[in-house]
Amino acid sequence: MTKPNPDNRRYSKEHEWAKDNGDGTITMGITDHAQELLTDIVFVELPETGKKIEQSEPVAVVESVKSVSDVYSPVSGEVVEVNDILEEQPELINQDAFGEGWIARIKMDDPAELDNLMDASAYTALIDEEEH
Amino acid sequence: MRKTPLYDYHLKLGATIIDFGGWAMPVQYTSVMEEHHATRNAAGLFDICHMGEIDVKGPLAFDLLQWVMSRNLEGQKIGEMKLSVMTNEKGGIIDDLTVYMLAVGHYRLITNAGTKDKDLNWILKAKEEKGLADVEIIDLSDKTGKVDIQGPRAEVILQKLVPDDLSHLKFYCFMESKILNVPAIISRSGYTGEDGFEIYVEAQRTGEVWDKLLETGAEYGLKPVGLGARDTLRLECGMMLYGSDMDESTTPFEVVYGWVTNLEKDFVGRDILRKQREKGVEKKLVGFKMEERGIARHGYKVFKNGREIGAVTSGTFAPTVNKAIGMAFVPVSCKEPGTEISIQIRNKQSKAKVVKLPFYKREK
Repeated sequence: MTKPNPDNRRYSKEHEWAKDNGDGTITMGITDHAQELLTDIVFVELPETGKKIEQSEPVAVVESVKSVSDVYSPVSGEVVEVNDILEEQPELINQDAFGEGWIARIKMDDPAELDNLMDASAYTALIDEEEH
Repeated sequence: MRKTPLYDYHLKLGATIIDFGGWAMPVQYTSVMEEHHATRNAAGLFDICHMGEIDVKGPLAFDLLQWVMSRNLEGQKIGEMKLSVMTNEKGGIIDDLTVYMLAVGHYRLITNAGTKDKDLNWILKAKEEKGLADVEIIDLSDKTGKVDIQGPRAEVILQKLVPDDLSHLKFYCFMESKILNVPAIISRSGYTGEDGFEIYVEAQRTGEVWDKLLETGAEYGLKPVGLGARDTLRLECGMMLYGSDMDESTTPFEVVYGWVTNLEKDFVGRDILRKQREKGVEKKLVGFKMEERGIARHGYKVFKNGREIGAVTSGTFAPTVNKAIGMAFVPVSCKEPGTEISIQIRNKQSKAKVVKLPFYKREK
């Protein structure tokens, strides 16, 4: 069963989450719903720290046995930290997409961009709609 | 999309359905990894109803098949099956298929799903050209259901539903028997590298056979397996997939089908293939393992010393081998195991090494 989408985050329609760390950075990853659709994540390609990205641009790649999927950045900014453990244990995303399966920490160019994203209830409604 | 007789059964099992060459097929039920390991360690059940079945009948059926098949069928016995390819006038592969000898003058061909109509037309055309008007060609595909049960526990599960002794059935042999009192052809063969069986029954009875097998096999760890794991299972044991690893632009000697091609007898494309054999092929399908992080996929480019030399035909993360593996076309100069190549994965060339096929071989 899909885990509930935590209230303390914002969500993109491409199934990424962003958590405001309150210090000008966000931590981001893919949602539990996304990992459930992908199943069996066997490879993660992480960005390099220092990389500058725009909102909604590809920031990482996750691969399941069958498929290759881009992960889009929920905000514009600079990658300041990546979750290196995923290189050895990509399955952490399957096990804990909202926690230990986080992908990157990004220093935001413009915190107002978070307003372009959905809150938990809007995102939950979106995936309910996609499923039916 | 076309549906197999098992379509509703897949939905009931919660399968994810994809379009596979125009067929609505289950790609996975729970997870590709789980289904893959279930097949290697216990048993897996596969819906293969989409594949084609074509009967070739009549006193001259053998003559027609000898002409269209690369394999020499002389000496084939009733109850034996043979893997073969059909080639066109240029030696290009029209399909890879198996030939079951049901009786003298009666054969059944098992074709790939996407090539069935093409195969049928090709054989009909060959029949005309050879003046073999008396040979009957019958498309049984819609009437025939096919399920495969594969894995180390396949025999013990299937035996519970089949009155005849399966332990005497040798690899690549078949028997006409019954399963659940439904007449069935059962062969010891498959596409996973494991022991197992391919089972043919009439289409309308496929559902009950499927359900009963799942029920009987549950205590042995039998799981329904989708096309996702079917692909990782076949790739690990170095089996090719028509449409990905070969098509009409490739010849049997460029892929791993030299052994099913007999140049001593006459068949369509033989003379060209003989020339190619004498001259040697220019490109060859090889297996490779990734040496750096990354998964190669169909269509990715292959490089050697910075120069593009070929393309990946199949690539995946292999659950049992626990590595990223694949097959690719390379120039013959690069075909030897140990040759270092690289694969363009997104914006990076990642190191890989040519290896001997298969990647995985079961312990017997």
